[in-house]
Amino acid sequence: MAKLRGRGYASVNYPTGMNLGGDPSQALVHATTTGTFVISLSSVDLGQGIKTIAAQCAAETLGLPMENILVDTADTDTGPHCMGTFASRGTHRVGNAVIMAAAEARGVMLEVAAEELEVDAADLETDGTGYIAVKGAQDKRVHITDLALAAHFKHGRTISGRGIYLKEPSVPVPETGEMDPDSCQAHACTVAVVEVDDETGVVEVLELFNAYEIGRALNPAMATQQVEGGAWMGLSHALFETTEPYYPARDHGPRDFAGYLMPGPADLPVQHSLLLERPSANGPYGAKGIGEMTANAPIPAIANAIFDACGVRLTSMPFTPERVLRGLDALKTEETC
Amino acid sequence: MPSQIVSLVVNGEHREFIAAPGATLLACLRESLGLTAAKRGCAQGACGSCTVLVDGRPEASCLVAVETVAGGSVRTLEGVATGGDLDEVQSAFVDCFATQCGFCTSGMIMVAEALLDRNPDPSEEDVIEAISGNVCRCTGYRPIVQAVLEAAARRREEAVTR
Repeated sequence: MAKLRGRGYASVNYPTGMNLGGDPSQALVHATTTGTFVISLSSVDLGQGIKTIAAQCAAETLGLPMENILVDTADTDTGPHCMGTFASRGTHRVGNAVIMAAAEARGVMLEVAAEELEVDAADLETDGTGYIAVKGAQDKRVHITDLALAAHFKHGRTISGRGIYLKEPSVPVPETGEMDPDSCQAHACTVAVVEVDDETGVVEVLELFNAYEIGRALNPAMATQQVEGGAWMGLSHALFETTEPYYPARDHGPRDFAGYLMPGPADLPVQHSLLLERPSANGPYGAKGIGEMTANAPIPAIANAIFDACGVRLTSMPFTPERVLRGLDALKTEETC
Repeated sequence: MPSQIVSLVVNGEHREFIAAPGATLLACLRESLGLTAAKRGCAQGACGSCTVLVDGRPEASCLVAVETVAGGSVRTLEGVATGGDLDEVQSAFVDCFATQCGFCTSGMIMVAEALLDRNPDPSEEDVIEAISGNVCRCTGYRPIVQAVLEAAARRREEAVTR
């Protein structure tokens, strides 16, 4: 009886976005009287961080601080259109739409600043601190708070912008099957180190090494968190989660959370994560989608590590102690035959 | 059995409300008092998202019949910050990226508060033990464990400087 250690790896290529009847998302931007730029979206943030990414894209494009950006995703009935935050499309589609909207708003902002400062708009620049200044004459400047007030009450201008990103549907060429279903692809590799107890069949994941090529990482801390949280979910699928342990029979399926197994905080591997940045040509500031792929590679990597550790090749999830022990028994039977 | 008036000390304030027979502490906090930080996840005590402190102890408020704690003291996430100032646990959760969707966060913070109240210098194992009744589906737990350890360190530092 022993604890057998093994290592396995798996890779994933993951497309950003989808290819049904076209894949659009819109963004609208407008400045309030005090210079807060409201980004109106129907793109729901359920914890993945699209509001942060949208605010970063807007702040960068407008040349203003993050504090001047307010992302409003309040109502998908009345807001601009979004297909939804799925298919790892949020950062790419919404980011691009926000950049387009913010670029138009920036144009108006500079026009109004040119009127206010009585200069040519082409001579103006922003430095990210909230001021719009004449290039080479930093004392000739106006703060966005004052400028937005002036736009409303003095110039009668609306500082706003519209943005949309559309990935058009791609129909396969009948002869060749050639098509362009996605906008870009992210790539990743996971190496899993596991320990298999050949007496109990329990698999413990000791370490995960995650390498992700995701274009430009717009927010590296959030991207890393997505990688490691997603790896947890992959590990959970690989070893624990199922509603039908004897599929297609429904026997012994959990009926509530008390019987539905998931790894807890004591079951976590040490994770080492690395982001490789090769900017995508059509991504917002070079970003690609990273959402769903983070749960993908850990699962086959763990399956391969189990095979490496004890020779058992499992093809059905989850890799429960029972399946491992049945696999070990089958190997013994083969040996004795 | 008729509804009855129940009084509790919630986040230091005396509160009275009418509770239907068998009403849970969670339902009363959310529906009678408008304190919605504690979440109804599984409603069977398995996920921890409804955790509040009852007389200092973390409890799954979805399982507590409110009559059984009448007259007691309840602390919820709403009572943790002082005005707009986050406490050490809350700010460590922000700084360590320990939240994503946020559904587990209020429960996690309440069990962390209870842990640090009784053990100002917990080991990593102590933290894991403390949060093991709380489910998180986003973070992979590691940032939460780190946040609680960080909060403990900050609180000890505060105690020294005070």
